[in-house]
Amino acid sequence: MIQLIYLTVLLPFAGFLINGIFGSKIKNEKIIGWIGSGAIGVSFLIVVGAFFETIALPPDQRQHIVTLFNWLSVGSLNVSIAYQVDQLSLTMALIVTGVGFIIHVYSIGYMHGDKGFWRFFAYLNLFIFAMMNLILADNFVLLFLGWEGVGLCSYLLIGFWYDRKFEKGTTGDAAKKAFIVNRIGDFGFLLGMFLIFLTFNSLNFNEVFTRANALNISTTVYSFIALFLFIGATGKSAQIPLFVWLPDAMAGPTPVSALIHAATMVTAGVYMVARCSIIFASAPAIMTVVAIIGLLTALFAATIGLVQNDIKKVLAYSTVSQLGYMFLAMGVGAFSAGIFHVMTHAFFKALLFLGAGSVIHGMHDEQNIQKYGGLKKYMPTTYKTFLVAAIAISGIPPLAGFFSKDEILWSAYANAGFIYWFIGVVTALLTAFYMFRLLNLTFEGKHRFDVHHIHPHESPKLMTIPLIVLAVLSVGGGFIGIPEIFSGEHGNNFHSWLAPIFSDAQIRLAQYGSHTHFEEILLMVISVVGAASSIYFARYIYLKNQKVAEHTASKFKRIYKILLNKYYVDEVYSNVIIQPIYKTSESLLWKITDVKLLDGLVNGTASLVELVSGKIRKIQTGVAQTYAVVMMLGIVAALFWIIYSL
Amino acid sequence: MNEIFMITPLLIISGGILLSLIVEMFYKKSEIILPWLSIAIFISAAYYSLLTAYREGVVFNSMLAVGGLVHIFYFIFNFGAAIVVLLSIDHIKKVGIYFGEFYILMQSAVLGMMFLSGAKDLVMVFIGLEQMSVCFYILTGFNRKRSSSNEAALKYFLLGAFASGFVVYGMALIYGAVGSLSIPSVSFYLINQSPSIIFIVGLLLFIIGFSFKIAAVPFHMWVPDVYQGAPTTVTAFMSTGGKAAAFSALLVVLVPVFSNLAKNNFIPLLSVLAVITMLYGSIVAIAQIDLKRMLAYSSIAHAGYMIIGLAAGNQNGVTGIVFYLAAYTFMNLGAFGVISMVEAKDNSHVDLQSYTGLAAKYPLLAAMLTIFMFALAGIPPFAGFFGKYFVFISAIEANLTWLAIIGVISSAISAYFYLRVVVVMYFKSTDSPIDVEPSYYALLGIFISALLVLVMGLFPNSIIQLISFFVG
Repeated sequence: MIQLIYLTVLLPFAGFLINGIFGSKIKNEKIIGWIGSGAIGVSFLIVVGAFFETIALPPDQRQHIVTLFNWLSVGSLNVSIAYQVDQLSLTMALIVTGVGFIIHVYSIGYMHGDKGFWRFFAYLNLFIFAMMNLILADNFVLLFLGWEGVGLCSYLLIGFWYDRKFEKGTTGDAAKKAFIVNRIGDFGFLLGMFLIFLTFNSLNFNEVFTRANALNISTTVYSFIALFLFIGATGKSAQIPLFVWLPDAMAGPTPVSALIHAATMVTAGVYMVARCSIIFASAPAIMTVVAIIGLLTALFAATIGLVQNDIKKVLAYSTVSQLGYMFLAMGVGAFSAGIFHVMTHAFFKALLFLGAGSVIHGMHDEQNIQKYGGLKKYMPTTYKTFLVAAIAISGIPPLAGFFSKDEILWSAYANAGFIYWFIGVVTALLTAFYMFRLLNLTFEGKHRFDVHHIHPHESPKLMTIPLIVLAVLSVGGGFIGIPEIFSGEHGNNFHSWLAPIFSDAQIRLAQYGSHTHFEEILLMVISVVGAASSIYFARYIYLKNQKVAEHTASKFKRIYKILLNKYYVDEVYSNVIIQPIYKTSESLLWKITDVKLLDGLVNGTASLVELVSGKIRKIQTGVAQTYAVVMMLGIVAALFWIIYSL
Repeated sequence: MNEIFMITPLLIISGGILLSLIVEMFYKKSEIILPWLSIAIFISAAYYSLLTAYREGVVFNSMLAVGGLVHIFYFIFNFGAAIVVLLSIDHIKKVGIYFGEFYILMQSAVLGMMFLSGAKDLVMVFIGLEQMSVCFYILTGFNRKRSSSNEAALKYFLLGAFASGFVVYGMALIYGAVGSLSIPSVSFYLINQSPSIIFIVGLLLFIIGFSFKIAAVPFHMWVPDVYQGAPTTVTAFMSTGGKAAAFSALLVVLVPVFSNLAKNNFIPLLSVLAVITMLYGSIVAIAQIDLKRMLAYSSIAHAGYMIIGLAAGNQNGVTGIVFYLAAYTFMNLGAFGVISMVEAKDNSHVDLQSYTGLAAKYPLLAAMLTIFMFALAGIPPFAGFFGKYFVFISAIEANLTWLAIIGVISSAISAYFYLRVVVVMYFKSTDSPIDVEPSYYALLGIFISALLVLVMGLFPNSIIQLISFFVG
């Protein structure tokens, strides 16, 4: 199965080609849907097979490279289309194909009747193809190819309903925003790649990381590489300052939000940092930057999430916030904890989005939670699974979110200090609060919609079964990473599985202080109690005593307004960056530099070339004698030259 | 006896020519059977060449080299010729030159090309050159009823004879310096002493004679007239196989020189030749509205890029040229294939105007031509990009970065006229788009070319490795 890993890349691509080329001819939605889902399903089975094959091997033999062919080799640059199968890529591949498959199946139900049904599945498969290239690549170039590929698919899918309105503009605007902001990050990533090639003279992971481990390279160089790579990660994974595109990305269909903008693509930055752990570990200053950016993003996005009224917006900010946790983990050197959170987050956040999709589906495209209420009795399955996910993300034991979040918080405390832990816990409390605000406003209480016009209904089986599967994963998914203090001598399975990948980075970090288990349990209790009271508080405000919410909002009107308007970040970017650039472009660059200078130069050159071209053409008289004379002159000139130069 | 078997590809073609002649003599409708016989001959020769490429050696008292790079060239000639036959079947019927001799002349020309690239002796070079050229003269004038075809043939013949004279003169001087015409003796001569002025002048005249064949400026004057006047598929054949053969002959003689100090005398000359050739070709092509003429100037420009590889004079340069020739062969065949299909009975519809709105009426044909135009312009992921890339890299390795830069500038200029075709096809519309007679054989040939152009662009490395294995 390991040797067949390339099929997990090719099958989605085949699905893309089939649906992309023949999709418009195949009228049957079932066939299109199952071609798309089947391609991912089979890929998932192959990954599972490869996983079991790998886990049966001793830890030091678990890395395999499957080379398809050598793509480019020029000088020392050697790029192969080769896939690296190891603990990290397998973990990611399981998430991508597993959750991807579930979401594909869900989409068959969700996209039913859409005129772009085939296009949707073609794009979705293309996305999985690019994503698998990203995570399985054994070199930076192939990773970058996947990186750009998922960006493209994200663009295509955000703007999928290109004829619909979205907020002040169209979905096309949201898609463009995502693409442009990502390009800024990609620029950083490219610079990082160039610098890596300059420093290590290779772009192959194994070569770069072995050399990074063996060579003596100054911290400054490492810092620049890590910084550039991290800028790339902030773009793709929506961190400060490049997070602004993700909330707008909600313009796409909800399964897209679940798959691309929650479970998989946005974690690509985290994956990339984990993959380059040795480089980041060699740049302590940048590690701190990563941790602080992660922490601030987590807090910042969570506060915005408190007051949003669009069900998908709340989830989007929640995603930004949870991604912040993952970067916090990376920054404090808890790489496997970060990847663990990537996994559990994929489960419960995909579930939340799919649940939201189910609600939107049942409520005829209404997304404002103020216009929901009391949906519990209309959509029991959606409610139950949503509740599971909300508890999981709030970090209540023993659900999946608890284990991964707690591990990050503990590592933050142990490796970075109290303040990191404290802000992390505050964020966790906020998370629990806004999640249950969302839950209560949507499912509990009285309905606030017009019952005569809107008849909410439970979604079809094709949509609820995926919800149930994800709910089971959200409950049980955390058990593979039970911390040492609970599992005793077995240790943390997830850790020991990923440990070989990060061992070099951990040696370089070597900063694990010794902390007692007593402290760990104490911190754990504090965060759990905090989250639980946060949930109770949300329940109290939004079910029992709604006046409190209004009262608080009016009392802290300014803060409320700031939060509601997302700290005016979009406006600030618009005024400070976009408008000035736009103005300069229009007046200086376009009207003067471009039109007058460059166009003048280009047009001038072009007319010069055309003039010259027209003149020289006249040499071509059509008379053979002239031709012979020109040849003769050429020969004479060449002869003189060569004899003269001797 | 053993040596006979080592030249099997040559024997296949020679036998094929005899067989085709007999068929032509006794069978009335030879033009129906001969194309398929030719394809069978070309394909089996191409196949057999690749099959025995690993068996390298020198045969017949060091007259001919077999195996290795030579067989790679054999493959390019034969496979390219097979595609040309596919393109020709319906075309020559359409333009009224439906005769069996057409294919026999093609086979003879291919045999000449194979002598050129396999030569280990300058006499063989000359025999190959003349055999190929004479066939080309006839093929150019094959459309007897058209005056432009006759005119082109005569011009080609006159100037070709003129150039051949210089080749022979150069060979005579080389003989005077070395005392032999065999390439091993030339290599031996270069190892032991610094070359005399007689040798250098001889080599120069030899290079100039072949510069005529590869269409380097200022020995290119015949190219636009001949390419325009000759039947379109003949132009396709001449511009690809003919150019590749002439380059292979230059490599035969120049590769031994690369390891000698004498190369320093030729680097500036070849560099200047490359610069004026590519710039001239790219710039003048802009003024052309006839597509065949435009591709003639494009062919000149491409010769310039390939000369960069000669000027670099290193192993990568040779590898790059071979890759470039293969890439150029298939993209040019494809482009001429489309043109030959669009061309009308009376040889009209070869101007840019006729292509207006082609994409709306014939999307497949337009898409194919777009691929070839992109490839010729050197846009990835098509073969043309890597062809240019490898020769530019070889120039940079040889400290001729300035040459690579001019090459890139020239490519940028040339993008204008290649993309103009695409623009006309896709973005201009007309009320009366022209009619195209479908030819499924030609379409097959065009498809195969497009496929090869794409494959060579997607997996350049595998092919480069194969070539450099034989070069090194």
